[in-house]
Amino acid sequence: MSETQRLISGKIAPLGDVGRLLRRLRVDGPLLGGILLICALGLVVLYSAVGESSRLLINQAVRLGVALVAMFVMAQMSPDFLRRWTPWGFLAGLVLLVLVLTTGEVGQGARRWLDLGIRFQPSEIMKLAVPMMAAWYLHDRQIPPRAGQLLVLAVIIIIPTVLIARQPDLGTSLLIAASGIIVIVLAGLSIRLMLGLVVLSVPGAFVLWNFMQEYQKQRVLTLLDPDSDPLGAGYNIIQSKIAIGSGGLFGKGWTNGSQAQLEYLPERDTDFIFAVMGEEFGLLGVLALLSLYVFVIGRGLYIAMQAHDTYSRLLAGSISLTFFVYVFVNTAMVTGLVPVVGIPLPLVSFGGTSMVTLLAGFGILMAIHSHRKLLPH
Amino acid sequence: MDLLSPIKDHHSERRLFIARVILASVIAFVLLGIVIARLVQLQVFDYEVFAAQSQGNRVRIEPVPPIRGLVFDRRGTVLAQNLPAYQLELIPEQVDDIDDTLQRLAGLGLIEAEDIPAFKELSESGPRFKPVPLNFRLTDEQIANFAIQRPRFPGVDFQPRLVRHYPEGELIAHAVGYVGALSKADLERVDASDYAGTAHTGKTGVESSFEDDLHGDVGYQHVVSNALGRRIPTDSREMADSLPTDESPLPGMNVYLSLDLELQRIATEALAGRRGAVVALDPWTGEILALVSAPTFDPNLFAVGMSTSQYGALQNDLGRPLFNRAIRGAYPPGSTIKPMLALAALQTGAATVERKSFCRGFFMLPNTTHRYRDWKPEGHGEVNIHDAVAQSCDVYFYEISGDIGIDRMHFYLTQFGLGSPTGVDIRGEHDGLIPNREWKKNNFRDPADQRWFNGETVIASIGQGYMLATPIQLAAATAALATRGVRYEPHLVAAVENPLTGARSLVAPRRLDDVRINDVDHWNVAIGAMNAVLQDIRGTAWGAGGNAPYRMAGKSGTAQVFSVAQEEEYNEEEIEERLRDHALFIAFAPLEDPRIAVAVIVENGSSGSRVAAPIARAIMDEYLGYGDDANE
Repeated sequence: MSETQRLISGKIAPLGDVGRLLRRLRVDGPLLGGILLICALGLVVLYSAVGESSRLLINQAVRLGVALVAMFVMAQMSPDFLRRWTPWGFLAGLVLLVLVLTTGEVGQGARRWLDLGIRFQPSEIMKLAVPMMAAWYLHDRQIPPRAGQLLVLAVIIIIPTVLIARQPDLGTSLLIAASGIIVIVLAGLSIRLMLGLVVLSVPGAFVLWNFMQEYQKQRVLTLLDPDSDPLGAGYNIIQSKIAIGSGGLFGKGWTNGSQAQLEYLPERDTDFIFAVMGEEFGLLGVLALLSLYVFVIGRGLYIAMQAHDTYSRLLAGSISLTFFVYVFVNTAMVTGLVPVVGIPLPLVSFGGTSMVTLLAGFGILMAIHSHRKLLPH
Repeated sequence: MDLLSPIKDHHSERRLFIARVILASVIAFVLLGIVIARLVQLQVFDYEVFAAQSQGNRVRIEPVPPIRGLVFDRRGTVLAQNLPAYQLELIPEQVDDIDDTLQRLAGLGLIEAEDIPAFKELSESGPRFKPVPLNFRLTDEQIANFAIQRPRFPGVDFQPRLVRHYPEGELIAHAVGYVGALSKADLERVDASDYAGTAHTGKTGVESSFEDDLHGDVGYQHVVSNALGRRIPTDSREMADSLPTDESPLPGMNVYLSLDLELQRIATEALAGRRGAVVALDPWTGEILALVSAPTFDPNLFAVGMSTSQYGALQNDLGRPLFNRAIRGAYPPGSTIKPMLALAALQTGAATVERKSFCRGFFMLPNTTHRYRDWKPEGHGEVNIHDAVAQSCDVYFYEISGDIGIDRMHFYLTQFGLGSPTGVDIRGEHDGLIPNREWKKNNFRDPADQRWFNGETVIASIGQGYMLATPIQLAAATAALATRGVRYEPHLVAAVENPLTGARSLVAPRRLDDVRINDVDHWNVAIGAMNAVLQDIRGTAWGAGGNAPYRMAGKSGTAQVFSVAQEEEYNEEEIEERLRDHALFIAFAPLEDPRIAVAVIVENGSSGSRVAAPIARAIMDEYLGYGDDANE
């Protein structure tokens, strides 16, 4: 067993007494460590990306604090408790989504926000509610699921996905669909069926194309040929590639990335922050960040495999792998591998709501791990 | 819950789940591998390409405008210079409420309220960080005023800039001209790259005709800029290290005029607020010593920019201060052409020194009844050609006009440079007009009008009818009389100096074709008569020249402002509601060795000898060193 594997499996507790304290608080040490390292690195990059504004940095740090509290709170809830409340949470989320579409606040051409005392995006709730609901549905049933059950699962996934896609928020709806699909895959959906679905997705893509907004179509077309519109839709990808490429192996140095500092790189503090990282810290810096992500995801999957019931397993697996989807889609988008969909780099991009949801998800992972010995066999 | 799934097999479920986690992990690693491969491709293999692109992105070439050349008069007095001035600027992105800010600035008297809409438009058109100039030249008082209030105006500040300044303003406005804001039309005319960074260009006068010399060559500096074009200070960043070398601008040439500021002043004062023009030349070089058009204007208004109402006032002023009468004003030359016609008459044999006429105050063509009147109703009595010029007897010239004929009049008058542009080195000259049969044939539509009538020759002999001349043409013709036929092209610019090396290139006098009258006696008659105009008690301008301490020659002219010629298309835009005669006077001095030739026109001045002649006298006195005491 390598040192990393031992760290992931929790076989070694590098901090001794602190480790015992964390366990008593139901906080998973390795997971927290990985998350905090990513966040720390994120704040460093963010400070550069926002033009060395300490105000924005403190802003983000406060959000991180709030998100850590959310994580801590979630870690205290037993998986049984979560499971019992899952259908109600899911229903509440659906109601809020409908409310958003009818009465929500418009911002940047999309209707995503709801103001119930505090302003928030109900789609964030769904990021956790959808995999929870799918896991809840499968919990009492023998897996792999049968055809009829797959239909029910499809409904559970498709309704929120469509509601969010209509806001429109393509990135989030894709993530939510992915989190639900991951549950089904982990539940043992037959490989043959999966391949069949992949084949079916080709005509499906045509249908999807017709449903897409003009700007979304443009993003896909631009990906195929960014130079066709270098000052318009292709601008983001071209500048992002220049930023990453010119970073080279070691980067231009912190706060010295000309692409980022001179504002050539759009959305450098949010969706394209990975390009800032690539420019200023080079390939080595980017690989270090990716390694931290791999570590956190690995720990999440380890927790999933250690879980004692179907609900916990499927939920933990989905949360971990959805986190991977985040990382993959964002990095692939910034490097020009997939179309520009508005998905931030998790734990690094500037922005509040998704950070809270992400850490709440990790809180659930911690709850699953720390409560497992209390569960009856 | 077990009731719902009695056959749930936890062990197989766990195995299935772990298998799926492993499958997912493999897929995840493959996807991650693709991203890492992409990163390696971008950051290792294509590094050079992207590094070059990022370098090209941030380095922008910024033009550095050259410093405009200075303009001096012949004694080295500065006529046009560049003064640092405090300019009031507004940076749109730093101002919350532009309307309110502009209103309050107007309240402080820093800008004109009427210009607010224009400023608002300007502040909304360019990049948000680019300063919008609100006031090109703040007075000390305005600076003090604003300095106190500055905290109330975030985003508004004053900056030092170079502004074209004409210390003598109105005195030299029509000769030196002015610079104005570079317009879209200007940009199409000039080499746009050379004017990158230049805000002003010469619009009229020497500023316009010597624009190429005055402007200089643009320089370049490399600056680090952001995606919006905002300049980033390079001293604080390592980015400055690898910038390419800059190229300094080359300052514009200094231009030395032959103009004499003192003469300008004397001529302007002598015109005493009347509408008119004065041109004085050195007859042996063509150098223009004075070029005045009145009323005039302050060219500084154009250099600093003026309010809409100020410009409107200049445009609509009945006195037309912007109109350069000295080169654009076309007037009937009147009797000022008589010395030249006398030469033509002697040369062609139409008159001899011995020939005498008896002037009864009018002239009639044979077999007609129309009376062509002399300016002196009772007549001049018996006159010879000398008296006819000295006393300006119209009847004498009426009588010989038929013998000279219009085509020969045209032949000789055009030899003196009348009827075509003099070629002076500022733009906008009027051609003037010396008619002949061919001209009339070509320029009238109705065949009945295309015929030349004898009566038209009669009135042409006293410089009336179709005939038109500009003050500068009359000055050049006078110079040709002074030199007895040697002609030089009039010019304002005497030398151009490179401010870096101090090397001056002098503008050589450009000699034109001589007047083809070779008989010294003929010249003696004409010039002697011109001397008598001023210095014989019977001369028309004895009052202006009788007491002079030096000998001079001149000729008065009184041009009727009558409707026939005024309505022709050749008389562009000079439709004058005031119908009093124009007063003209041409003169040169000293008689023996002419050093200055002058032409004066006073619009609606009534009498050339009484109104225009003293102005010419004052200028000659000043230039020949008889200054103020001569008139006392």
